[in-house]
Amino acid sequence: MKPFNGEPMTNSPQTPGVVPHRLDAARIASHFSDAQLPFDPHEARVAADRCYFCHDAPCVAACPTEIDIPLFIRQILTGTPEVAARTIWDQNIFGGACARVCPTEQLCEGACVREAAEGKPVEIGRLQRFATDAGMATNAHPYARAPSTGRRVAVVGAGPAGLACAHRLAMRGHEVVVFDRRARPGGLNEYGIAAYKVAGDFAQAEVDWLLRIGGIELRMGVELGRDMTLSDLRRDFDAVFLGVGLQGVNALRAPGEERGEVRDAVEFIAVLRQAADKGAIPIGRSVVVIGGGMTAIDAAVQSKALGAENVTIVYRRDQGQMSASGYEQDHAKHVGVRIVHEAAPVELRGNGAVKEVQFAYTEATPEGLRLAEAGFRLEADQVFKAIGQTLGELPEGVGVAGGKIDPLSLPPGVFIGGDCAPGGEDLTVTAAAQGRDAAEAIHAALMGGA
Amino acid sequence: MANLATNFLGIRSPNPFWLASAPPTDKEYNVRRAFEAGWGGVVWKTLGSEGPPVVNVNGPRYGVIYGADRRVMGINNIELITDRPLEVNLREIKSVKRDYPDRALIISLMVPCDEESWKDILHRIEDTGADGVELNFGCPHGMAERGMGSAVGQVPEYIEMVTRWVKTHSRMPCIVKLTPNISDIRKPAEAAKRGGADAVSLINTINSITSVDLDDFAPEPKIDGKGTHGGYCGPAVKPIALNMVAEIARSPETRGLPISGIGGVTTWRDAAEFMALGAGNVQVCTAAMTYGFKIVQEMISGLSDYMDRKGFTSVEELVGRAVPNVTDWQFLNLNYVTKARIDQDLCIKCGRCYAACEDTSHQAVAMNPGRVFTVKDEDCVACNLCVDVCPVQDCITMVELPRGSVDPRTGRVVGGYANWTTHPNNPQAKLAAE
Repeated sequence: MKPFNGEPMTNSPQTPGVVPHRLDAARIASHFSDAQLPFDPHEARVAADRCYFCHDAPCVAACPTEIDIPLFIRQILTGTPEVAARTIWDQNIFGGACARVCPTEQLCEGACVREAAEGKPVEIGRLQRFATDAGMATNAHPYARAPSTGRRVAVVGAGPAGLACAHRLAMRGHEVVVFDRRARPGGLNEYGIAAYKVAGDFAQAEVDWLLRIGGIELRMGVELGRDMTLSDLRRDFDAVFLGVGLQGVNALRAPGEERGEVRDAVEFIAVLRQAADKGAIPIGRSVVVIGGGMTAIDAAVQSKALGAENVTIVYRRDQGQMSASGYEQDHAKHVGVRIVHEAAPVELRGNGAVKEVQFAYTEATPEGLRLAEAGFRLEADQVFKAIGQTLGELPEGVGVAGGKIDPLSLPPGVFIGGDCAPGGEDLTVTAAAQGRDAAEAIHAALMGGA
Repeated sequence: MANLATNFLGIRSPNPFWLASAPPTDKEYNVRRAFEAGWGGVVWKTLGSEGPPVVNVNGPRYGVIYGADRRVMGINNIELITDRPLEVNLREIKSVKRDYPDRALIISLMVPCDEESWKDILHRIEDTGADGVELNFGCPHGMAERGMGSAVGQVPEYIEMVTRWVKTHSRMPCIVKLTPNISDIRKPAEAAKRGGADAVSLINTINSITSVDLDDFAPEPKIDGKGTHGGYCGPAVKPIALNMVAEIARSPETRGLPISGIGGVTTWRDAAEFMALGAGNVQVCTAAMTYGFKIVQEMISGLSDYMDRKGFTSVEELVGRAVPNVTDWQFLNLNYVTKARIDQDLCIKCGRCYAACEDTSHQAVAMNPGRVFTVKDEDCVACNLCVDVCPVQDCITMVELPRGSVDPRTGRVVGGYANWTTHPNNPQAKLAAE
């Protein structure tokens, strides 16, 4: 492959091993720019005009935050996208992020009556982006704080759940302190989502915009359990919200998992997001991603974007059970990722670093998946594990049920939301909804129903 | 390919699609292009008296109403009659007509309301070879302030007087163009007929303001911060035009008076509808101004296809065919009972029928679990609103209750034809003969 701007390129997709700079800077830049171009105003009006303004609209019911979608679309249609943004944010302060990362085909657009009618839903996600972009471009934060209640709430985790909770609490007049162990706020929006989905440092801009409501203090680099305990927080604050997410990663439980270049996909994604020069990140010539969710897709697509020659996602169940949306799968295939279903790794071989992965085909049986005799080998300079995340270490007294924090185990004054809490699909939009609702519950509890 | 040749007042044209007197017919260059594109006839843009021509504004002349995707639904204009010298227009008309003898070429006229002026202009156009004249009694802006255009068209006595002058001083077929900016379109049509008009053409444009600039607080189109009412035309005015054409076609006083139908004709179907309501041909402007002259090709192919399907060998078979079915409300059959039916296989569950009926009508659509929408026959008055708002064609239909069945809403047996004139609630009901 020739560099198209004449700049020297030290490596190519065919260079053996795990090396940086497989593509020239221009290609890297284009691969990590906006995956989907925003609507221009005319496109937005045409797209908005397709909305039927359904009664008791199914799209609203399908949205975890219950955004009034027909109303905001009509507000776009009539030339008031900033008002539309307010309609969105009233329900979901992360409306901008959700417009970019929501699996809309499984949510609002999947429920759109025009999907049923003609297989072509109203483009709700892109319209939501159009509105929220317009709203943020006004450079004004649309919400004001209520008069101070004098109450203080601690929020642990500066991800979508924590910040949605903090914003709503601030609106209600409470003082909020947000603690997070990472260097930057945003949680998975900042560390866990493919760079091309939130191009232009959008996640950080959105957090900055959100914090402009005031009354929210961020304390970064502070970790619950290391720097303070839940008891400390309960003592020092009137209520505590835990939005700690899932910090652990499932293991493959296959021999050779400890070999070099076998990494967690979430860590790879986080490194990519924070890297100023993405081309400098070493990537394998042959990359294998194990898993079937959005994380697997994000790792695979970005491996390809960095110039890996062969990228294969291997998922142990059939395609219908992949939690990555069809849109995401199509996108991955479009950029050249191969997706193999119904196979599981049985051994990672190599001499030091991984060189190949042995897979066995799987069979679904009433007792669960069974590994078949037959299988195949894939060359792999790098393996990314994306087989699900788990709760990390929890504060004393907080119990687990079904892999999530057990709400019934919570001490008084402690609330939860986001990926650590039950009842969601580990989506940004669910986290935003749970954070918001927890804030309202905290507000009700603190104000004694007044 | 059906034969679309039309004979309107003895004026022959290869098809019934004429360009109306308007900007597209203002000069030789445009008209030649129109004839090359296939238009059957042209009404040349209105000529005024000899002397210094009128002037137009130098800012926007048109305002617009858009549908989705900037589809032009209606345009209004504040352009006046031709602003080119009379001699130039006459020379060009003669030249075009000489080269296109098979096409209709009508000259639109508007001069001050005195016999000498009309006599003079008629004399001036005599040797152009034009096929007829159209009297512009419709223009609603600018000229009306000077006692012409719709200022004449709104006074039946003036219409009759001027038409008579024209018939006295010219042997040409005379079409009187009517303004819709009046309360009863039949009155000016009757006046034209009394004056000896060979036909009427309608509608001219409708007084309108297309929109208001909400920053400058001025109507559109605006000229240096001010606006004035202009004439509205295009698809949006078609229903108004259809009714006015039908009223003239079915009125005992004007029945049989040839009509040239104008008002939002955009497709072959629009044209066929005008013709079915009594128009012998149609005139088009906005569609051509929106899409160019080529659109006539679709009108020709579409009307031809329709006539072939219907087995019509001449447009005469279509003209007026729907007129007998246009009646007064009082004669509508009150025993014709229908109920809405929702096809569950076609339904996409948007709920618009429910919202419309529940909020604004008769609460006759039920919303059942699973977003299943059904009609409550006992409440359905058959208003058709659910059909109108349903985004899926044929999903909701109106099904007629058979004679002898019981209407669940009224509890009455569906009987035979009966209208308001004999209805017991009508204080003026005619007693049925015992």
